[in-house]
Amino acid sequence: MYPSDLKYDKEHEWVRVEGDVVTIGISHFAQHQLGEVVYVDLPSEGDSVNAGETFGEIESVKSVSELYAPADGEIVKVNSALSDAPETVNEDPYGEGWMIQVKLADPAQLDALLSAEEYEAFVSEEA
Amino acid sequence: MTEKLTHTPSHAPSRGPRSLIFETGAPESRCVMPPAPDVPGIDLDEALGGALRAEPPLLPHVTEVEIARHYSHLASMNFGVDSGSYPLGSCTMKYNPRVNEDAARYEGFAGLHPYQPVDSVQGALELMVELAADLGEVAGLPGVTLQPAAGAHGELTALMCFRAYHVDRGDARRKVIIPDSAHGTNPATVAMCGYEVVTVPSDEHGGVDMEVLRAALDTDVAAFMLTNPNTLGLFDPNILAITDAVHAVGALAYCDGANLNAIMGISRPGDMGFDALHINLHKTFSTPHGGGGPGAGPVCVTETLAPYLPGPVPYRRGDGTYDLAEPALSIGRVRSFYGNFGILVRAYTYLRALGGSGLREVSEQAVLSANYLKERLREAYDLPYDRTCMHEFVLSGSRQKRENGVRTLDIAKRLLDHGFHPPTVYFPLIVEEALMIEPTETESLEELDRFADAMLAIAKEAAADPDLVKGAPYTTPVRRLDEAGAARKPDLRYRPEE
Repeated sequence: MYPSDLKYDKEHEWVRVEGDVVTIGISHFAQHQLGEVVYVDLPSEGDSVNAGETFGEIESVKSVSELYAPADGEIVKVNSALSDAPETVNEDPYGEGWMIQVKLADPAQLDALLSAEEYEAFVSEEA
Repeated sequence: MTEKLTHTPSHAPSRGPRSLIFETGAPESRCVMPPAPDVPGIDLDEALGGALRAEPPLLPHVTEVEIARHYSHLASMNFGVDSGSYPLGSCTMKYNPRVNEDAARYEGFAGLHPYQPVDSVQGALELMVELAADLGEVAGLPGVTLQPAAGAHGELTALMCFRAYHVDRGDARRKVIIPDSAHGTNPATVAMCGYEVVTVPSDEHGGVDMEVLRAALDTDVAAFMLTNPNTLGLFDPNILAITDAVHAVGALAYCDGANLNAIMGISRPGDMGFDALHINLHKTFSTPHGGGGPGAGPVCVTETLAPYLPGPVPYRRGDGTYDLAEPALSIGRVRSFYGNFGILVRAYTYLRALGGSGLREVSEQAVLSANYLKERLREAYDLPYDRTCMHEFVLSGSRQKRENGVRTLDIAKRLLDHGFHPPTVYFPLIVEEALMIEPTETESLEELDRFADAMLAIAKEAAADPDLVKGAPYTTPVRRLDEAGAARKPDLRYRPEE
């Protein structure tokens, strides 16, 4: 449920690190809590994001929630397939349901993120 | 086969959806046969400068009886407060007394034209002046506009007045603070008004966290918006300290009046230190709610803010007659004509029928009803904020989800089979699997018991036969709707078959 090669934040985003570019999505826990996702509002390529600030919104049949950037950087790629198939976030949160790729300004910021084990412990406390 | 229905609701519709009005009738069918004109005919195309459409529009062609049956059928599939209990939290779905309708249909009110000279609508203006004064008294805030057409419209109107006030003082500010338990309309209003939204978390009792609020307040904050009692149905005991802290940095305090039904004649937002309040006449003052309205969201403000209110405002002249005036620093009109005047007549009738002591009894009864239901349901469902509540309370379906895989949405759908409109679900956002229940003062003890019995029965069903609850509803005109599909791929318009 929480792949060990990913890092996580307490707003329930996951981060896959490949060099100085990271891929960002939301965790299995987050998609399960949200329920059926009906809309994902993402920024554009070239936009900058700041750690702890919102980069988009996700809407489910239950509610609208904000998406938070885990680190500073510039958006190099956006998963535009989600606009036609938002349900992908439910079906494959760690794969096809990814949201944005960010070129990091300061890779050291990732040190503050949680490991899969730490995130799982955090989630079981929340639930 | 499992027994799907424990009792038959009296309003259970016997028939599902029929055809659309566009699929009814025949090309030659007509409702009205107009007589031959007794004035000379003209060439329409020529009169319209050649703009007459060549093809007639695709309008339904039906007979009068077909129209009557079509809409009667739609009405029979509907569920309204006249069909049964409608405990939709935060919405105050109280009964709309028939006397309101009688008054609104008086020829002297219903037959008015908004362009009539002021001299010929003195009674209507008198009603508006008196209603504004009465609402101002309930609010403890003397400046009143009756123009806004709904609650969120009232919020926007008030925030526009706040903005004008700050700008006038040469102190334009950028931020508005909102607690995380707020109605979604609050941040939407803030964004519409051009301010930045700052959200602050609630404390463990569901109230405003004073430390967090003080840390967020600075001289760039234009306002703090609060619903009191809040969306957990809890009255904030720190309210005076909250509004003091807001005023200390030069910001204004706004009260979302959605929950006014809990405090009428008992406490007044003006006395709590709020600078403005909107009132939902379609909640608290028993005018029709839902179905697209119309509603009305009058705004009450302090004397300091009154000059900014939208105009024109009706007032009483020295000689006892009535006229319209523009407030000195008015933000301008926010609604055409006099607002939703027919709704104002209904609210005024309700106010006059009950009087001051009656309004207080309304609030006392609404609070008593909510606490009664809370006590009857507290064992069967989780109660995350266990305090004496006001006019509503929030349960959580977390236990049913964890132990039986039954979600709050399933419980809500199953309530339909038991003959009740479900409560508000998944709001406020700070409660997981939330069920927000507001019975209102108009339900009898017997009806409250029937609702509690249904909720207790569903908790048992969830434990004994989760699939029964997860498959609900079974008795409605349509079964479980595909809400995700409707949001992902909405089908919004009729397209004739080619």
